[in-house]
Amino acid sequence: MDSVDALIAQIQGLSSSPEDINALHTHLNQSEELLLSNVNRLANSLEQLDPSKHSLGYLYLLEASTSGPISREQSGEIVRCIARFIMTCEAEQIRLAPEKFLSVCKRLKDQVMLLQVPIQGIAPLRGAVHKLQSSPEHLTPLHPDFLLLCIMAKCYKAGRSVLSDDIIEVDQPKDFFLYCYYGGMIHVGLKNFRKALEYLHNVVTAPMTSLNAIAIEAYKKYILVSLIYSGQVPAFPKYTSSVAQRNLKCYSQPYIDLVSSYATGKISELETCFEANMEKYKSDNNVGLVKQVLSSLSKRNIQRLTQTYLTLSLQDIANLVQLGNSKQAEMHVLEMIQDGEIFATINQKDGMVSFHEDPEQYKSCEMIERIDSSIQRVMALTKTLHAIDERISCDPAYLAKMGRERPRFDLDDFDSVPQKFL
Amino acid sequence: MEAEEDGPTSMVDAMSANGLNSGEESRLKPIISSEQMDVEAYASLYSGRTKIMRLIFIADRCGNQTMQLEALRMAYDEIKKGENTQLCREVVQKIGGRLGPAYEMDNDWANIVDRRAELRKEKLDNELNGYRTNLIKESIRMGHNDFGDFYYAHGALGDAFKNYIRTRDYCTTAKHIIQMCLNVILVSIEMGQFVHVANYVNKADQNPDALDPTTVAKLKCAAGLTHLEGKKYKLAARKFLETGIELGNNYSEVIAPQDVATYGGLCALACFDRTELKNKVIDNVNFRNFLELVPEVRELIHDFYSSRYASCLEYLENLKANLLLDIHLYDHVETLYSQIRHKAIIQYTHPFISVDLHTMASAFKTDVIGLEKELEALITDNQIQARIDSHNKILYARHADQRNATFQRVLQTGVEFDRDVRSMLLRASLVKHEYSLRAARKI
Repeated sequence: MDSVDALIAQIQGLSSSPEDINALHTHLNQSEELLLSNVNRLANSLEQLDPSKHSLGYLYLLEASTSGPISREQSGEIVRCIARFIMTCEAEQIRLAPEKFLSVCKRLKDQVMLLQVPIQGIAPLRGAVHKLQSSPEHLTPLHPDFLLLCIMAKCYKAGRSVLSDDIIEVDQPKDFFLYCYYGGMIHVGLKNFRKALEYLHNVVTAPMTSLNAIAIEAYKKYILVSLIYSGQVPAFPKYTSSVAQRNLKCYSQPYIDLVSSYATGKISELETCFEANMEKYKSDNNVGLVKQVLSSLSKRNIQRLTQTYLTLSLQDIANLVQLGNSKQAEMHVLEMIQDGEIFATINQKDGMVSFHEDPEQYKSCEMIERIDSSIQRVMALTKTLHAIDERISCDPAYLAKMGRERPRFDLDDFDSVPQKFL
Repeated sequence: MEAEEDGPTSMVDAMSANGLNSGEESRLKPIISSEQMDVEAYASLYSGRTKIMRLIFIADRCGNQTMQLEALRMAYDEIKKGENTQLCREVVQKIGGRLGPAYEMDNDWANIVDRRAELRKEKLDNELNGYRTNLIKESIRMGHNDFGDFYYAHGALGDAFKNYIRTRDYCTTAKHIIQMCLNVILVSIEMGQFVHVANYVNKADQNPDALDPTTVAKLKCAAGLTHLEGKKYKLAARKFLETGIELGNNYSEVIAPQDVATYGGLCALACFDRTELKNKVIDNVNFRNFLELVPEVRELIHDFYSSRYASCLEYLENLKANLLLDIHLYDHVETLYSQIRHKAIIQYTHPFISVDLHTMASAFKTDVIGLEKELEALITDNQIQARIDSHNKILYARHADQRNATFQRVLQTGVEFDRDVRSMLLRASLVKHEYSLRAARKI
């Protein structure tokens, strides 16, 4: 009997109970060479298996059959095949061989990228992420791939479904960096700058012992998004790794220049800076964001006027904010009123704008609900924090390290009243 | 009050009276002023090297030929009384023959002075060596002190400074230490080395023996000058305000009592709040004596306190040209003036709920547009809580809604806490797994 057929039979037989599957797993690992030597026949054999029942076996066969070079004609078929498998497979089974599953998913990603149809990979990869992850807090290596496909396909909303879970457990720093970087980009795409800033901030401040390209690119975007969101770039918090603090700025000089010209509040100066560094921004693919920075300055200037003036003519606004004419100023003000960024009314007869205070009185039910949900969230976070603190204080490695640093306990340590108060 | 203002004894009025003579030139002056400084009256307040330096400073900056030549002529006369030939050459070069043959370089005089200086130096040197071999402490101190005086007279400030400092090791009594400190302070002020001034003022203050009031006043002035130079106007104001009236004309080689009034008054206006101004300046009996010397400053302080800003600013504007010619104050005039102006504007708006900009502009002698700009800057700086109705030209006070602000802050803090904790947990997770980048490379 042919060895491949034997294997297939075994897979079919050993795919029901957990013990059987464990036995099958060992067996499959042993027969990897056999699979690789029969790559051409595997495609046909696959049809004899049901991906939802024989997931583990199907996975091994699929991995082996796609390991060789793939021609363009085949790739469409392979994408479909992998996608079908991912959608139907049994999560319990594939988690036994995560590296095989990863390599299959990566291949799917490569193929859809090659075919330039990233949108086809989104749904399968989202399924894959959910199947591979042990809990929603777990970051899998598939997260960045999935987000990348979302960005390539401009399906930012699809990405949000995965990003909405808070990630706490991380296996691989590179995955983490990429995940946060892509996450930031997706939120930029959604114009949710606060969230974007959060993700990029995580990249910049992540512990690192040597600089990496992801962090540099993230820092550039971080600067731009900070400018758009808050008009200034905060200094590095003190937990930022020293490598990042020392080096990031030298790699992003054009952006630092942008910050300083932004701080002057003069549009003309910002534009000069933009022109001067155009090439750099272009090569970093950040031109779009830089343009948003530019337009955010006028908005910020108008917002500042609302702090100072109760009424102001459109012509004065145009002069103070350096907009071409009162017509443009009117457009800007109108847009900002529509977006809820300022509270004002335009009197077209006199060409005057009256600025109002924020009408929010913090009395409505919605506001109470919002505050309540914030409180709940913070309480939940605090609980997590306590749990983690407790876990760390019981962690043998941590205690051993602390013991080394303070080798013996003096009697003083147990004094209820510290020495200095005596 | 009017009568006092017109008092013939006041120096500034005397200045303006004399200034009328050269009214023609004053119109051409780059620094706009209705009154011109009377250089002679001004110079008579000082003595020694500072007089010459102040005159040269005026000549360099006044931009008015008559005044320049007059200052230079007086500087030349003053130099001829001393022994500083180098300075003489500089002044002659500045005069450039414009004052006739009497003010050419007097080479004979210079040669005689130089030769005499050479001899004197040799003599001092010999004496000092003699004292050194005999190890008489007091004489060595005297020797160094003489050397210091000698160098100071000849304009070699660096050497004078060194010699005065050397006397320190040979000081035996508190009086000697005070003398040494005063000498060092004098030379340091001339050199513009205000770090040394501060050091030696401290040293003198730490003296165990009670100092005589004149010395205390001198030290306060020196400290005040140091703070002024360091742009610490509030501290400077305090020091000048503490200066005792005993100062009189005893410190004319550095500062005149009129200067104490001006410096102290302006710094106090720029930095003190209303109560402080009242307690420390207006009700200060001691400082009132100084203010009597410069009625304009006194008037403008009173005007400021009683909210007559227009007249206060007018006084300031009149004083400005002269202050710009002051060797110590010129650099700080603009800053102090703008601070005083801002304070005036803030105080003006403070008690009102709404202010008509036209009225306010006339009170500040400016136009509405300019005032709007100033107000805008102050509001942006959060120094005035108000908003401008630029349509009706009215300024409305704005009272922050505490409740709303609290709500906003609470929500903001919640969001920040949320964000910070989550990113902290993430970092902790990264650290915990010890997956630093290096580990990743190995894989």
